[in-house]
Amino acid sequence: MASGGRFMFSDEQRQLRAAVGRFCAENFGERAARRLQESGEPFDTGLWRRLGSELGVLGLSVSEDDGGAGGCLVDQAVAVEEFGASLAAGPLFGTVYLAIPALAACPPGPDRTNLLGALVAGERAAAVAVADHAGAFRKDRVAVTADGDRLTGTATQVVDAAGADVLLVAAKGAGGVGLYAVDSTDAERTPLVTMDHTRPQAAVAFADSPARMLAGPGDAERVIAHALQVGAALLAVEQVGAAQHLLDLSVDYAKSRLQFGRQIGSFQAVKHRLADMLVDLQHARSTAYHAVWALVDGSDDPDLAASMAKATCSAAFSRIAADTIQVHGGIGFTWEHRTHLYFKRAATDAALLGSAEQHRDRVAELVLDTAVADGRAVKVATGRP
Amino acid sequence: MGQSDSSADDADRVAELARAVVAEHDPASVPIPEFLGACYDSGLSWVHFPIGLGGLGVSRGLQAVADTILQGAGGPVPLGLNPMGYGMAAPTVREHAQSEELKKFFLRPLATTEDIWCQLFSEPGAGSDLAGLATAAVPDGRDWIVNGQKVWTSLAHKARWGLLLARTDPDAPKHKGLTYFVLDMHAPGVQCRPLRQMTGQAEFNEVYITEARIPDDHRLGAVGDGWRVAMTTLMNERSALGASGNRRGSGAIADAVQLWASRPDLHTPVLRDRLTQLWLRAEAQRLTSERSRAAAGAGGPGPEGSIGKLVGAELNQRIYEFCMDLLGPEGTLYHSYAMHGANSGGDWRGPIQQRFLRSRANTIEGGTSEVMRNILGERVLGLPGDLRADAGIPWKEIPRG
Repeated sequence: MASGGRFMFSDEQRQLRAAVGRFCAENFGERAARRLQESGEPFDTGLWRRLGSELGVLGLSVSEDDGGAGGCLVDQAVAVEEFGASLAAGPLFGTVYLAIPALAACPPGPDRTNLLGALVAGERAAAVAVADHAGAFRKDRVAVTADGDRLTGTATQVVDAAGADVLLVAAKGAGGVGLYAVDSTDAERTPLVTMDHTRPQAAVAFADSPARMLAGPGDAERVIAHALQVGAALLAVEQVGAAQHLLDLSVDYAKSRLQFGRQIGSFQAVKHRLADMLVDLQHARSTAYHAVWALVDGSDDPDLAASMAKATCSAAFSRIAADTIQVHGGIGFTWEHRTHLYFKRAATDAALLGSAEQHRDRVAELVLDTAVADGRAVKVATGRP
Repeated sequence: MGQSDSSADDADRVAELARAVVAEHDPASVPIPEFLGACYDSGLSWVHFPIGLGGLGVSRGLQAVADTILQGAGGPVPLGLNPMGYGMAAPTVREHAQSEELKKFFLRPLATTEDIWCQLFSEPGAGSDLAGLATAAVPDGRDWIVNGQKVWTSLAHKARWGLLLARTDPDAPKHKGLTYFVLDMHAPGVQCRPLRQMTGQAEFNEVYITEARIPDDHRLGAVGDGWRVAMTTLMNERSALGASGNRRGSGAIADAVQLWASRPDLHTPVLRDRLTQLWLRAEAQRLTSERSRAAAGAGGPGPEGSIGKLVGAELNQRIYEFCMDLLGPEGTLYHSYAMHGANSGGDWRGPIQQRFLRSRANTIEGGTSEVMRNILGERVLGLPGDLRADAGIPWKEIPRG
């Protein structure tokens, strides 16, 4: 599925968006999120398999040879935006945002091929434990060691690990850091209670766990860095989808809720808050799409583009989620209303793969710390005419 | 992908025409009016305008293709030379002038910058509530006779033509009694006075209009339809004011980044993060403009243009506030309050301290930030309007003061 110019979606992509939107409306959203919470399961495996096989939207940018749709990251982003809008539960973060991009970048081999095919088809689910720091890979922080094909060590908070069939793990061996696959039954997983039930986490311990190497010390760093960039871009797109849903919800409420005999949206205090939410959303969308396109066509430094997107989208989604509660007033603070489900997702997404502050720091390193005064600096008045 | 193919063809055609203009009229040697006249004749002044009126009838997003080639070869930036002409008068004249002849009569000298244009909208008693304005136009034979006072008129002293919004029916509710005209700034009874602002300069004028005559031919749109015509002008003004540079880091943020880079002695971690936030906001807005250009068809700008105006204005203020905080006591010095016009040569925007003072106007001029947020709320999000005390009342009965 070829993409048009920057920021232009093709007809096929528009159809994809509509199809994923329909599926999400039927199967995800508030009621599904509440049902899942009551069930105590990490996610609905049947639904996940349908996403992989029936819709084929888990590996849209994976080549056809590897069992994917042979499209590009823009296609995957189109689907993820709809997932975000409907608060879709399932191992999206571990499998679609991180594991699939990591595997796609791994050197060829039977383990890569089999695993990638199973993940794309929705037959298996993955979680990734790679000690990211502020969304960047830091090999000095890898806490798992490899002794031949056995891993030992712990990972304190791994998103989607509880329901995963396989864990991708960065581990330090004799020759350096490699990326390994471990069957989740060979690790000890302790599910953690999370603020957002739709994005579960577990603590993971490896004790001489059998592992298969996917990328050796020569490749692992590149593979993991790529996965983290793609992950940040897709997570940013998810934030955009969710934030758009909340703005729509808030605008509808401001039009229907009456106080002082009039719609509350006619008060400027409310209207201007909604206008600011719109501006933040548009900025978030622009940076998220830019990051996706930059990863596709190389039009920008992917590191900078991903950090710009994550910094902007985390701040925007968090603020929009908070303002959504404010616009709704008391009802927005109740368990019964859906606002808190999105607010908790906002708080979670903002902390994953690097916070807004951490990504701003990265942007500052890339843009400000390297800026050179070129003699065109604007004059400063000295008090002497 | 049919749409992309045809727009790719259009882009090629625009590029080819622009290269031909540059080849035949070397911008380094021919006078500006000749160069811009050639652009007009080739349809490159406003590519989305009809053929014969300075356009090619293609998507307005392709203007960037032409401008990149024309300005890349050293051609002038016409929006800088005739800002109200290019940004506001041209789209209004194109849409609302009474005949093709009149459109051509006005547009070509506008495009060449031989005729500078100004905008006569705001009045001392009508700012955000523009539709409440009081300047009166009364019919007299085939002419109109105009009396009133306008304010915040940039370039009035250099302008040949002014876009005038005037009241032609004081008995109608305020929006319905307005009519739109083109005023000859050289006509008897039109007097300009510089209006000094807080920077010490006079970028703007007051215009006093006393018994000035306008031929009815120079009316734009129907009598009583002035408000609708004015919307064409204002939408284009906001999208022009809000248009960010095409290049990353250009515009006001470049001042802050350059100042930062030139003064490592003043760096602190808190200021570094503040500047990063400003840089990110500028970049997000730049990408948003790029995204809306990609989505724009051949039509005019929509209310989303208000996002760029709102963000650009507030960002400018925050950027120069940052610069002042970086400079500390140095920022309290000034170069001179000697009265001079904005066009007295050099970089009229002046040193950082003057830009800091000037930026206070950004959230007022061209629609206040409060009005911009109302537009985004009501026109983009579809929220209900506020209660109005003057709804449906004849203009002459509305309290003023």
